[in-house]
Parts: sequence; structure tokens; C-alpha cells
Amino acid sequence: MKKIAFAAGALLVTTSIVAIAQEAPAPSREGGYGLGRTALPEEIAAWDIDVRPDGVGLPVGSGDVWTGEELFVDYCSVCHGDFGEAVGRWPVLAGGFGTLDGEDPVKTIGSYWPYLSTVWDYVHRAMPYGAAQSLTDDEVYAITAYLLYVNNLVEDDFELSNENFSEVVMPNEQAFFMDDRDAVELPLFSQDPCMTDCAETVEITMRAAVLDVTPDTEEDNAVEEVSAPAEAAPQETAPAGPDPALVAQGEQVFRACAACHQIGEGAVNRVGPHLNGVFGQPVAAHEDFRYSPALRGAGDSGMIWDEETLAGYLADPRGFIRGNRMAFQGLRSEEEIAAVIAYIQATGVSN
Amino acid sequence: MSDDTNFSSSRRKFLGGAAVATGALATGKLVHAQAMPDPLITEMQPWQQYLGDGVDARPYGMPSQYEAHVVRRNVPWLTADSVSSVNFTPLHELDGIITPNGLCFERHHAGIAEIDPGMHRLMINGLVDNPLVFTMEDLMRFPRENRTYFLECAANTGMEWRGAQLNGCQFTHGMIHNVVYTGVPLRLLLEEAGVRTNAAWILPEGADASAMTRSIPLEKALDDCLVATHMNGERLRPEQGYPIRLVVPGWEGNMWVKWLRRIEVGDQPWHHREETSKYTDLLEHGEARRFTWVMDAKSVITNPSPQAPITHGPGPTVITGVAWSGRGTIPRVDVTLDGGANWHQARMSGPSLDKSMHRFYYEFNWDGSPLLLQSRAHDSTGYVQPTKEQLREIRGENSIYHNNGIQTWFVDENGQAENVEVG
Repeated sequence: MKKIAFAAGALLVTTSIVAIAQEAPAPSREGGYGLGRTALPEEIAAWDIDVRPDGVGLPVGSGDVWTGEELFVDYCSVCHGDFGEAVGRWPVLAGGFGTLDGEDPVKTIGSYWPYLSTVWDYVHRAMPYGAAQSLTDDEVYAITAYLLYVNNLVEDDFELSNENFSEVVMPNEQAFFMDDRDAVELPLFSQDPCMTDCAETVEITMRAAVLDVTPDTEEDNAVEEVSAPAEAAPQETAPAGPDPALVAQGEQVFRACAACHQIGEGAVNRVGPHLNGVFGQPVAAHEDFRYSPALRGAGDSGMIWDEETLAGYLADPRGFIRGNRMAFQGLRSEEEIAAVIAYIQATGVSN
Repeated sequence: MSDDTNFSSSRRKFLGGAAVATGALATGKLVHAQAMPDPLITEMQPWQQYLGDGVDARPYGMPSQYEAHVVRRNVPWLTADSVSSVNFTPLHELDGIITPNGLCFERHHAGIAEIDPGMHRLMINGLVDNPLVFTMEDLMRFPRENRTYFLECAANTGMEWRGAQLNGCQFTHGMIHNVVYTGVPLRLLLEEAGVRTNAAWILPEGADASAMTRSIPLEKALDDCLVATHMNGERLRPEQGYPIRLVVPGWEGNMWVKWLRRIEVGDQPWHHREETSKYTDLLEHGEARRFTWVMDAKSVITNPSPQAPITHGPGPTVITGVAWSGRGTIPRVDVTLDGGANWHQARMSGPSLDKSMHRFYYEFNWDGSPLLLQSRAHDSTGYVQPTKEQLREIRGENSIYHNNGIQTWFVDENGQAENVEVG
């Protein structure tokens, strides 16, 4: 940009002038930059798992409603309920028909989702929550069939496969239309607005304070927190449990477990049971968790979760208690196993 | 309000009702009367005398301990689980137009993927002449650009469709951030692979456990999308998609796929979960808009607001806020003090960049009477931010997404602010 000299004339330039650098877009190069390498067919096959409404991307396979129900109860019902009715605030998957134009629309697979391919694709790529892509193709077909069944869209003898997939039409498919804001809203919202005397009276019609759903502010306490230096909170009591360094290391290792298991204050069952109190407890001891028969059997025969059994289980979950459902391949190093056991022991407060 | 702070002016009648210091009217200048010397001035403070931390005490600098309350916060009742949830940018604590990296709101569908960039790959496949795999080092050898863009979640303000609900602009409007991205234009990567003539869509996919996918028209991908490596000069934060995320300027945040690992090129949209079950706008008659990508022009007053009341009493008062549009820049924002009866043009300050957040100010002399504050953004296409009622007339109350209606804060005579609706 041309320099402006310090002179009286410079004052003619308004103060709001903005110096804009000459900006050219990052250049293309004829024939490309020759960067990257060709993706191998095996690599594309490993990652390209997406499925479209026309069935492109679906693998060969099949699964029936009853198989799907068993899988659903094992892997999905902890969040979605046995029949897709949902637990707590987890997504409702079934029902909701006729509610979309009401005051409380219930948007489920049956009442809202336009395409069955979306169900297959999503279950396959992201479920079960915390153990994504651990289901086989046939299992995904079976769970998808079960989800159709709990939405009253198929009978209980239905088997879904790549061959009959595109015959299933979802009831709400036609209720979606392309964004029409440009036509419907822009003309209305692109008019010169009123600036003065635009309303005779203005009344408050609703107040958030009445609802009182805002999380409590911590700002009231902020001053106190600041005046108490963070360093001035040393742990006076000598730790009586496992080595703190090992526990800290175990906290890192536990990340691999945290997708399915919660531990510590407020921990609840998720895909896997919470692990509070588990150290020193019989196997499969939480009354409110649906364990596999294999784990219940181990508990009934008197197995206790101690350092030895936990180490064996964590090294080889499927080999140590055959037939259990924990979708985890096991920890490789003994050091990691010792660390995570120390963490479970130290952190698992009893509920 | 501090008792020893009084404001007056020769040109206006005194509004606060407190005593006027002698001489104020004669000189016409603002006067503060102080009876006793301020010990903060007359007495030595520790930091004036003793040595502080050396240069290596804080290898990665953090904000002052007195700013410890400036944090992202969530609304626990909104979601089932913090792993698939959202928290909110503390807009009321910020100024200017750039959001600090550690305060950019988070939205995850399967928690934060912690990825070693040496173990990350970006694949381009589908309708291309040569499907490619890039390492992160490869990406840094492409020409790159620097662009400032806002990212707003389509569900920002979504809790307010049925009326005033949450007390604080952090919660009502905090699913937005605005940072400078450094990234490779997606166009260059697609050109490298050679897009086939029948291609019309792309499907970006994340490497996290939700394997997030969205269908994006090829036209947008070739226009201004970036594969970003940096935000505000440093590498992306893990919670923002480290090592790479897609930048889709002006379009809803869900499309800005984090931990980007693959881009498939195709001839049709995929209609995946986040563009059917979610991020479609259910209207009153039970039908739903799909592919509502562009974020409409929007603004909010950040100060005062419920989390940031007026604490100084009557007198000179600064109102400030932010405005943005997915269609361009914000040349103008109007502010009202009386719930929309009379409007004043606010003062814009700071860079005015395409699809970036803008900062506005409105300075006035508060007389201590209650206020109904609103702001109204105008974007460079002539679009004027609508009222919530105008939106409801067209969309009903069930659409969750894309609520860009005008926000009202009620400020009482003590300066406390509350989220309200007016009619």
C-alpha cells in the first residue's frame, strides 16, 4: 500500500480508513502439488463405511428382530431402554407417532427419521456408545430390524438384509423439504426497521427468573476462591492406599475404560457398570446392572475382585472369564494393569 | 454503587440524586469527592516491594488468578452425559472480537479425541481420479490462508424458543466463538485428488468415536472451506479438533467436523444422522426444513446482562455486545433502552471481516431507571435481525435450531439484569 506522508493533506483521509493488505488466495498449481500418496483399496475399505438412502455402501448381511432384541438388551438398553423408550435424557428411539405438529414433538426413528439407511449407518459407525464399531454387520442388521419392530413398522418375524433393505420406506420421509429461508424469510427480514416511536407500550411478557433453570453461578464465591491461594491446600493426611504416583498413572490408563465405566463420586452405570467399591467386592455385585451370565456365574462361584483377579481379567477379558460381554481387548503391559488397579482401588469410593 | 463516586455535568440536570461537590458546576467538569486518602495509594503493596516469578515460572501463560471465574460452563440438565454435551463461551467476560482458545465453547458427541498428529491421516476418496492419503506434514506443504470466522452451533439460543429460559448470555448465546484460522483451502486438496465431473457433494468424517459426518455441497467445499491446523496462531486445541478440523465459514457449527480424517466425494447427499434426526428444523405443521446451513444475522448485548449487572450506579454507562452473520459483515447494529420503542445506532469498533464476529458499543448516561435492552443486527445483504415473535410466526416453537431472534434484558434500578421477553 502507498505510504501516506505526515502532512496536512493526510488529515483529509478519514480516520476510519482500513489498511487492507493485498490478499491473494492460496494458489492452485496445474497438475497439483504432488503431495500425499495414493490411498490403497484396503485403506479405503477400512474407513469408507458410510451408507446412503439408495443402499450404496451397505455390506452383504442380514439379521432378524429376535436376534436384534437380544443384542439391543445387551448393548443399547442401558441408555435407550428395552423397547427404545429411553432412560433419563438419552434419546427415545421408538414411538412418537402423531406428535410432530403438537406441543411436545417426540422425534424418534419411527416418527421422524426419513431414511432407514441413517439408522444402519449411525448404529454401525457410532454405537454402542463407548464401544463404537464393535458390532458385526449382521448384528447391525439385527439391531436395525429390532428398531423397526419396536416402531411397529415390521412384524416380529422380519429379517432385514442388504437385499430387502431398500423396500423399507420410513413413514416421515416426505415431511422434509429444502431450506426455504431465502424465499420465505429474507424478503420479510430485509426491510428498513422503525427507529423511533415504534411501540406505544412495551410490557414484559415472560421472565427467566420465574422458571429458575439457570445453573447456580459460582461467581458469588469467586472472590473468596481468589483470596484463598490455590497452593494453600496441601493434603495433610498421609495417603493410606496405593502409591499416589501409580494412581496418577492409572488415571491416564483409565481413559480407555472411561468410555463405558464411571468411577468416583456420582458414578452411575453406563454401557458398563460403575466401578465404585468394586475392589474387594464379589464379581457382578451391583444389583442394578445387567451382567452377562458368565460374569454372574463367576460371582456366584465366589470370585472376588482383588489384585490377582483384576490383573487376570484386564490382561485378557475374554479369556479370563469366557463368555462375558466386555468389549475390550485388554491391557498390554503389566505396568498399566497395576496402575489402573491402583486407580480403581483409590478412586472407587463406596456408593 | 460506591457512595463517594458522584457524576455531574453542566449541561444536564443532575440525575443521581447525590450531593454535588463544590466547584463542579463552575468548572463544568466531572468531580469525584474523596474524603480519606486511598490506602492503595498511600500504603506500600507487596507487589511493589517483593520480587515476582521469573520468566520460566509460567512456560505456557495463563490468565491472572483474579480471572479464575472466567470459564466455560455447561447446563447439566440439557444432556444425559457430559461426554456427548455442550458448554458455553463466557461472552459477558470478553471484549473485542477474538475468543481466547481456552474459552471457545465445546460440543462433543463422543468426548475429546486425543490424537498424536504423527498417527493421524487425512484421506480423500470417492469420486476422485486419485484417492489420496495425507500426513499432517504433507498438509503443511500446501499453501495456506489466514481467515477470521465465527463458529456458531445451530442450537445456540435453542432453549429460548418457547420463551425466556436461561439467565445469562453465556447460556443463551454462548455456543459461539470467533478465532483466526490458519488452514489449507479444501479446494487445493480436492484439486490434488482430481474431482470427477459428476461430483456434487462431499462427506467430511471425524476420527473420534462418533465418526461425525455431514454432507456438504461441493460448491461450498471449493469456495471457502479450509482444513485448519491453527487457531489464533497456535495449534488447534484438542477439544477443537486437534490436529485438524474443517472450517465451513458462515454455516452451522456441526458441519465443521473436528479431528477430520476423511473426505469422501459423491454425487448425492448421505442424509446421515446429524442432517436428518438432528439439525433439521421442525416447523409448526409437523414438516421440517433440511439443509439449513447458513447462520442468520444475530446479535446480543453481553454487558450488561444477567451474569454482568451494572454495579456502578447511575451515570456514564457502556453497553456492549457482539453481532455476526453467515451471509457477510455487520455494518450496523441498533440498540434500544426501552424494549424496542426507540432505537439508537451503536458504534462499531474493531475489524469488520466477512463471516466474523463484530463488536459494538453504545455509551449513554444512565439515570438509574429500569431498562429493557435489545440489540438488532443489520448484515451486509440488508437482512435485519428479526424479533423472536417474527420468527415464531413463521417457524412455530419446535424447531430447536437457528433461533436468531432479538434478545431482551430487563435491567432494574439496582442494575441487576434478567432474561425477559416483551410484547
